[in-house]
Amino acid sequence: MADTIKADLSVSIGSLKLKNPVMTASGTFGYAREFEPYVNLHRLGAVVVKGISLEPRAGNPPPRIVETSCGMLNAIGLENVGVDRFITEKMVSLQDVKVPVLVNILGDSIDEYREITKRLAGVAGIAGIEVNISCPNVKKGGVAFGTVPEMASAVTRAVREESTVPVIVKLSPNVSDITVIAKAVEEAGADAVSLINTLIGMAIDHKSRRPKIANVIGGLSGPAIKPVALRMVYQVSQVVSIPVIGIGGIETYEDVLEFMLAGATAVQIGTANFVNPRASEEAVEGLACYVKEQKLRSIRDVIGALILP
Amino acid sequence: MSQFQEKTEITRIERLAVDIYRLTLLSPEIASAAQPGQFVMVRTTNSKDPLLRRPFSICQTSSGKYFQILFKVVGRGTSLLAHCREGEFLSVLGPLGNGFQVDYNSANCLVGGGMGIAPLLFLGKTMLRKCKEQQPIVVLGARNKDELSPLVADFKELGLLVHAATDDGSLGRHGLVTDVLKNISFGTECQFSVCGPTPMMRAVHFFCKEGEYACQVSMETAMACGMGACLGCIVPVEKGGYAHACSDGPVFNAKELLWPIQ
Repeated sequence: MADTIKADLSVSIGSLKLKNPVMTASGTFGYAREFEPYVNLHRLGAVVVKGISLEPRAGNPPPRIVETSCGMLNAIGLENVGVDRFITEKMVSLQDVKVPVLVNILGDSIDEYREITKRLAGVAGIAGIEVNISCPNVKKGGVAFGTVPEMASAVTRAVREESTVPVIVKLSPNVSDITVIAKAVEEAGADAVSLINTLIGMAIDHKSRRPKIANVIGGLSGPAIKPVALRMVYQVSQVVSIPVIGIGGIETYEDVLEFMLAGATAVQIGTANFVNPRASEEAVEGLACYVKEQKLRSIRDVIGALILP
Repeated sequence: MSQFQEKTEITRIERLAVDIYRLTLLSPEIASAAQPGQFVMVRTTNSKDPLLRRPFSICQTSSGKYFQILFKVVGRGTSLLAHCREGEFLSVLGPLGNGFQVDYNSANCLVGGGMGIAPLLFLGKTMLRKCKEQQPIVVLGARNKDELSPLVADFKELGLLVHAATDDGSLGRHGLVTDVLKNISFGTECQFSVCGPTPMMRAVHFFCKEGEYACQVSMETAMACGMGACLGCIVPVEKGGYAHACSDGPVFNAKELLWPIQ
């Protein structure tokens, strides 16, 4: 083990230095402490905590989740304790954990995103903000911020203006060309992009003739979406110069390597945390062994090193 | 709270009825930490499909080394488990959640239906160990004799008297567990611990409400993680909003839930 610790796994997301490229994805790792019985949190690159809104949200009625082939659909409805309780309760309990904490934020209007960012500014222990732009814009008839370049850009600009820490914008895959949105948020000042959020899907029980989740449609995640995620990470990496964080069906260090080869600087492990709560730490261990075995100077040598036919 | 992720060896597989199985798993960590009413999350395959773990109540523990789960084959996950062999290993997370809070010196009544009987065996066994003088009243229901009789046998082995009810009348009373409850006289101090299908728990909750008995129910919902992260396993609560079956439950004070639960 002493041998593997020497492997250089460090990466940078803007001014944020991570000891390795493995983070946990928002909404799949609670507020991190839930995973302490299984994971040495300080060995992870970073943790991204559950999405936070200005006011607490109760979330959607049940059933909220259903398993699908090699994946799952969820419509949790962004249940969270709200930004104020997050700061006074959850963040306080995270302060002695030696791992960068990224806070995922969401809102129904630009003002809401701005206000949440203001309240998070200067809170001890927050290393970065990840902006969920897949939420519907209530003022614009419920069209998701992440699907219109101008709206994605406006949210990014508002958060960037108020934030004292790096801003990562999490992109929705439910668009015709994700590179357009990626470029828009880069121009608006995003320090990095993370992708992909869940793909919108549906499951039906033919016997009862009812949808399997109460919200009718939900977000698909897990191994089923990995090829789509890889493709989008590859495409976005070609057009932006800010770091790309890969998300979508990642479970093992081999998956991490695939995303890094496609151009990702770092990754987030999501649904796999539900199945194997140690997945993130095991991926870090696997990467360390890989770097040693391949005699790489750094894991950074892998970023974008895809060999094309 | 002690939780473990373990590779557990299957030491015994029993087929109790056509589609009902009981697995005995070896894990000193989980077996010695487990409390009645807690559950485990079991991976049914090493492949990516089916992806998610399945939750099972801990049915009983023995020698501080073994624990059992009881299940009916209802889909692909449980079918895979039914086809496991002794000597194979299963990945198990647990023990998870909050178990039954019981005053062992008080009068107790255990009410179970179908696979919901599983955690009550663990609870009944623990009650007898903690207080020999107080034998709990046990009321168990299921669809028919084939399903119910192997489960009744477990309680009888402990020396407990079981009141049975079946949907078809093939064992015990023809009807519901609440029909049985109505014909038993309970002391005012009696505490009810209930696990079974939601309509049954609801009926027992209303029975207890009327008789002013304390009542705890163990809720079963779909869940992805079992540890408070996925937020999928919600149950509506009386004060508004939702509680999470995995981390706030699975055992709840029945009065705190908002009935009827879908």
